[in-house]
Amino acid sequence: MTMPATSPTSPPRSGPETSPTPRSGDLVLTGISKDFGGQRAVDNLDLTVPEGAFFALLGPSGCGKTTTLRMVAGLEEPSAGRIRLGEREITRLRPYKRPVNTVFQNYALFPHLDIFENIAFGLKRRGVKDFKPKVDEMLDLVELGGYGKRRPGQLSGGQQQRVALARALINRPQVLLLDEPLGALDLKLRRQMQLELKRIQTEVGITFVHVTHDQEEAMTMADTIAVMNAGVIEQMGTPTELYDLPATTFVANFLGQSNLVRATIIGQADQNLVVDVHGRKVTVPLPRCRVTEGDVWMGVRPEKVFLARAGTEQSNGANQLRGAVVTDVSYVGVSTQYLARLPWDQELTVFEQNTGARDTFTVGDAVDLHWQPSHTFVLDAEQDARAGVEKVDDPGGAG
Amino acid sequence: MSAVGQLGAATAAPPAKTERSGRRFTAYLLLLPGGLWLLLFFVVPLVSLLAASLYDPNGSIESGFKMTWHFQNFADAMSDYARPFGRSLWYSLITTVFCLVLGYPLAYAIAMKAGRWKNLMLALVIAPFFTSFLIRTLSWKLLLSDNGFVVDALKWLHILGPDGRLLATTAAVVTGLTYNFLPFMVLPLYASLERIDPRLIEAGGDLFAGPLTTFRTVTLPLSMPGVVAGTLLTFIPAAGDYINAQLLGTPKQRMIGNDIQRLFAAGAYPTAAALSVTLMAAIVVLVLFYVRRAGTEELV
Repeated sequence: MTMPATSPTSPPRSGPETSPTPRSGDLVLTGISKDFGGQRAVDNLDLTVPEGAFFALLGPSGCGKTTTLRMVAGLEEPSAGRIRLGEREITRLRPYKRPVNTVFQNYALFPHLDIFENIAFGLKRRGVKDFKPKVDEMLDLVELGGYGKRRPGQLSGGQQQRVALARALINRPQVLLLDEPLGALDLKLRRQMQLELKRIQTEVGITFVHVTHDQEEAMTMADTIAVMNAGVIEQMGTPTELYDLPATTFVANFLGQSNLVRATIIGQADQNLVVDVHGRKVTVPLPRCRVTEGDVWMGVRPEKVFLARAGTEQSNGANQLRGAVVTDVSYVGVSTQYLARLPWDQELTVFEQNTGARDTFTVGDAVDLHWQPSHTFVLDAEQDARAGVEKVDDPGGAG
Repeated sequence: MSAVGQLGAATAAPPAKTERSGRRFTAYLLLLPGGLWLLLFFVVPLVSLLAASLYDPNGSIESGFKMTWHFQNFADAMSDYARPFGRSLWYSLITTVFCLVLGYPLAYAIAMKAGRWKNLMLALVIAPFFTSFLIRTLSWKLLLSDNGFVVDALKWLHILGPDGRLLATTAAVVTGLTYNFLPFMVLPLYASLERIDPRLIEAGGDLFAGPLTTFRTVTLPLSMPGVVAGTLLTFIPAAGDYINAQLLGTPKQRMIGNDIQRLFAAGAYPTAAALSVTLMAAIVVLVLFYVRRAGTEELV
């Protein structure tokens, strides 16, 4: 499962992630591995982060994303492989010699220095004489003008986060590394900081590599996401690509939710594959199939599925699964979330927008499920259908 | 905390009154045993010491002492004992410096680099306390004695002359003091170094500070509470110590503790008390000045 996969079948995008020749400031990881006492944390990783990108490394705790970040920062030495920044090889370079700065998890602000001194730290170490106007400018950029004399302990979590960002950004690094930067903030502040970070990145144009376990955070901010699991990259691409056409069951479940149903490929018609789903035929466009024969997982996102009273709507080329029964209804304002049990006893999730244009259902109603073939995807049946499903007791945190 | 407390008090006003005075009563009750102990064994002796320093110096144990507010005791004591007094402060100062120079790298190694050996190394630092202070100092006397192997070895290496000696020298006294007080330096240093978030040191490296610069600008300032605590715990008892000077030195190396002990034993209470009070006052002044200068109050 080593796939440097941007979706191989979708048309090439104009985005920077598909540019074939590495540019001067690209961050390139080649064959990077890291072992901790026999435990392999990162396994033969290949990764190119284009210059100026907002790049997210997304994955659950322990997937190796933080280790990868620390190797780029120079805080951890790779067991194998090479790291290049533009033309320069930095694999074994000491951290203080790299043009890379880090926003640490929980910020790691110096408690014995005030905010001004914290932000000026990097410039002073490099012998920059005229640092005061630069620090003041930075304080303004992160909207903390006038806070220079305070100590980190006197600031709120959100303010400390911004100081950590300013302290790193003031050095104009070629790459800024962010290790779960918003993990310690409450939900509302996190949303606000997501937009803030995005604004700052656009403003300064520096490459951001952002490590997170929060898929929503990654999708909101990043223009390219690499989904990591168990030390390897499962899939890489724009948020839209990953969400629309996941390459593995892990990505299908970790990024949003998916309905995965056991199926078998039985034939091909034009540019579509025909799949047998427990005796019903479903068509899937050929480019949306990761495998083209044998047993597969047929997948569809919950919001792409429509419910209709049993037998009331014709197919018109849509995929259909008939004979389901509604077993659960949760009304969440913008949408209603249904669970529908199919004849083979599997429950699928359906999100219906509350537009008022379609029927609503109650528990026990007999329904049919409809969706477009172009929203269907097919994955290898070898994979665990539950991979990447978020566990309720997942503590999140360090990866 | 206090805001929450006030809130709680405000919302539950009527029944809270008795409850709160009850709580305050509990707090006083908890303070009582320790307070009584301090009153009996610290405040009372201290007052009696202060009083003794102002007694008529012509009294004796047999005839009794009269309180004559004789402030001249202090001037007389200082004119007679200025040299051992100064020597005490000087010896304890160099002892403190040696302890810091030896103790800081040791504490740093235990806190940052020892890994799974950490607990063993800490146990070794504390191990000397399993033997009494007196026994350990007597062992040093044997170790440094004129026909001991240390002197022999140093003579053989021509570091020490043919009739050179280690025992009964200033070096022996300071060495003994340094040995005896080293753990008091290492332990607080260890505690403050151990508490430093390793990410702060990584952040130093990330922000273009090499290992030495990171130490100077991050680690050392953050360990200042330990440096202050360690130097105080070394300097203060070393200044009052008399065992090391007595066992490892000669009258030429005697410290103020030796004189105070001798004067008390000889029944010259007013002079001995005046010397004790002066030493105490000198240490308090030095410590206040030092803590001010170290400026660690903003760290803790």
